[in-house]
Amino acid sequence: MKDIVSVDHLRVEFATDSGPVVGVEDVSFTIAPGETLCVVGESGSGKSVTSLSLMRLVEFGGGAITAGALNFVRADGSTLDVAAAPPEIMGQVRGNEIGMIFQEPMTALNPVFTIERQLTDGLMLHKGLNQPAATARALELLRSVRIPEPERRLKQYPHELSGGMRQRVVIAMAMACEPKLLIADEPTTALDVTIQAEILALINRLKRENGMAVLFITHDMAVVAQMADRVVVMYRGKIVETGTVQQIFEAPREDYTKSLLAAVPKLGEMKGKAAPERMRLIGDEAARATQTAPEPREPQVLLEVRNLTTRFPVKGGILRRTVAQVHAVEDVSFTLNVGETLALVGESGCGKSSCGRSILRLIEPASGEVWIAGRDIGALNRRDLRRARADMQMVFQDPFASLNPYRRLKAQVAEPLQNFGLASGAELEARVLQLFDKVQLPRDFMNRFPHELSGGQRQRVAIARALAVNPKLIVADEAVSALDVSVQAQVLNLMMDLQEDLGLSYLFISHDIAVVERVAHHVGVMYLGRIVEIGPRAAVFDNPTHPYTRSLLSAVPIADPRNRRFADDLNFKPITSPIFPLGHQPAPSLYDQIAPAHYVLRA
Amino acid sequence: MKRFKTTKGLIGIVLLLAIALIAILGPMIIPPEASTAMDMHARRSPPTLIHLFGTDQLGRDLMFRVILGARTSLEIAVSAVVMSVVLGLPLGLISGYFGGLTDNVLMRLVDTLLAFPALLLALTISAVLGPNLQNTIIAIGVAFTPYLARIIRGEALRVAQMPYVEAARSSGTTDIMIMGRHVLPNILPAVIVQGTISLAFAILAEAGLSFLGLGTQPPAASWGLMIQASRDQLDIAPWTAIVPGLAVALTVLGLNMFGDVLRDILDPRAK
Repeated sequence: MKDIVSVDHLRVEFATDSGPVVGVEDVSFTIAPGETLCVVGESGSGKSVTSLSLMRLVEFGGGAITAGALNFVRADGSTLDVAAAPPEIMGQVRGNEIGMIFQEPMTALNPVFTIERQLTDGLMLHKGLNQPAATARALELLRSVRIPEPERRLKQYPHELSGGMRQRVVIAMAMACEPKLLIADEPTTALDVTIQAEILALINRLKRENGMAVLFITHDMAVVAQMADRVVVMYRGKIVETGTVQQIFEAPREDYTKSLLAAVPKLGEMKGKAAPERMRLIGDEAARATQTAPEPREPQVLLEVRNLTTRFPVKGGILRRTVAQVHAVEDVSFTLNVGETLALVGESGCGKSSCGRSILRLIEPASGEVWIAGRDIGALNRRDLRRARADMQMVFQDPFASLNPYRRLKAQVAEPLQNFGLASGAELEARVLQLFDKVQLPRDFMNRFPHELSGGQRQRVAIARALAVNPKLIVADEAVSALDVSVQAQVLNLMMDLQEDLGLSYLFISHDIAVVERVAHHVGVMYLGRIVEIGPRAAVFDNPTHPYTRSLLSAVPIADPRNRRFADDLNFKPITSPIFPLGHQPAPSLYDQIAPAHYVLRA
Repeated sequence: MKRFKTTKGLIGIVLLLAIALIAILGPMIIPPEASTAMDMHARRSPPTLIHLFGTDQLGRDLMFRVILGARTSLEIAVSAVVMSVVLGLPLGLISGYFGGLTDNVLMRLVDTLLAFPALLLALTISAVLGPNLQNTIIAIGVAFTPYLARIIRGEALRVAQMPYVEAARSSGTTDIMIMGRHVLPNILPAVIVQGTISLAFAILAEAGLSFLGLGTQPPAASWGLMIQASRDQLDIAPWTAIVPGLAVALTVLGLNMFGDVLRDILDPRAK
């Protein structure tokens, strides 16, 4: 069949103050009708620039197509070179013959228009439909993307819809004019894993039913394995490798592809293994040849959490009185042993971050007890709490926001030491040097500012800062989620090495279940503020018992093209609201023990 | 210091240096009578060889007046802005950082002050304290404080929610240290921008007070007073407005350029 898109030696440059910068160069690929081409790469690889060029939207971001052709076969059979098309023609093509889905479903919809208006605008413009016909078609579209109660949705505004429904509306908008090519730029990156599964299944079905070509941009190799027919791997603005999905995953030719694949954790690969394992990294095998299992130590409890409850007030009315409460953490209990990792997993809003912050008393819990190394954290006054914080440190998600842009790294790593008067003068300098060595950063980085470092390097600095006061517990709140996959693997390995060397305990808060499978000793699954299932990692993953754990695990994409999970429409139960009226007394969490240390919430 | 060598930085510095030199050296070289001496034969004279910048309705030489008025105007404006920063910075910082009840109490106080037009507030203070240089500074300084406090509070609120502040707190940094080390440097750019803009308004506020008989007392010269006096004769002697107006404009331009460059110097990311 004739290719619908053929990109030929595309080169895009961006004008900057210091001359032109090449965004992508020498990029060529083709897409046939009914085919999904995945463009995969880490941040800065030029994958989004490529997709924006196809829509000629790259010009709005300051870029210019300086060489190459972008041939697109239009609906009437003629071939259009997008790179040279006049703006009027592009106006007819965009949104009409090429549809696009963006990453953020909230920002892709205009908050002041109803869903009906958003859908019908394009139809009336491109298809010349009148209002009733356009509304009828909009309804039909909402049905095709399987939104419940489509009639009601038409009259609603974007903020009244959940994230998953919003992304369905965005897809309905992209599909409105029956495009021949759908460009999806990280369409599920901002979504929870169950919603991601729904959206991926939906895109697959629409592609099958309409014979559409799909250009799918992502950084996630597991999503690629689930979606792609063919794959383009990009690195630093150039194509590294092109091939069918089987070939890329099973017989990658280029070293970059191999290292990228090696760094991706594959759900299920830890089956039958009791202890966590370091991530595979090409060229890193020699770094720690001693893969002997650490000597099993006598389990010793470090952190014990009993019936922890945290609530946030919802204010309303002119007097800003508390009218309801968000039950962020609801009767949560668990223990964490010295030198082990407990992972809290769950989707956004399940209370896992609030739980970590409540333990450190960065937010005040409503009730419950937190014992760290035999000390009741909840009972401490301000001064003692400040001292106790030397035992418990935190690593945050966003490596760009968790370091002060105005201070040198040396000062930021030294700060905890100074706070507790642990070192000064030459000793302080020496301790900071040691910390930089420990997180494997060059010593001359000490005098740099945060912006001079990459994301992974910054996260190492954040870890060094957390380690400065020799803590016993580190709460890692999505600590690797913002990092590229190869960098993520390195930082995870560093964390595991440090755990082995220093006997650290981690409370590892994450939404990434494949990563958790790799690093955790114990796993707690959170849903609506409660732990619904908790136990040894192997027990929870091999024998998921709570219905929510099961649906969560079934929604995780697996980085294996032979194990495809999202062929048909999926509909997971949407998470209900954790907001309750004042004075609401929820039932206590009661658990059934189904195996040693494996507990499941009683329904 | 490399970043001073941009055109913008150079222009800003040259302008500010020139104005500062004039304001300081002017009164040393030019006798104070020069600004009040009247030339009755050349009233409202356009710029000529004898009166380079022209004269006002009383035949006073505008060049001398603008040079001798520089010191009064800048002294009042700079002191008043410094005062409003000294008052407004801690107010806004504490309000934005701690939030909650502290924020509510302080901001209602600020809002009350904001409810009065700045000039009216300055007028009241000045009328109560009596007209002299020091009281004019206090009046303008206090009147400008709520605007600064509001802006700083907004910035402090934003910065206080950044993860690096939470990280500092979780590693045992005290509130005062967090405010000084983490919040303050990150809100400084906004303070600099607001401060330079306030300076222009302070010069004009001084003029307003003088016009009402509470600021600089005639026949002494100040830029604001000169602009006020030109009001009635804009059509027949426009230079009487243009000369002091240009002085204000050049000062503000120089300050803005300098402020921008200063902000870049303080920001490690702008290297």
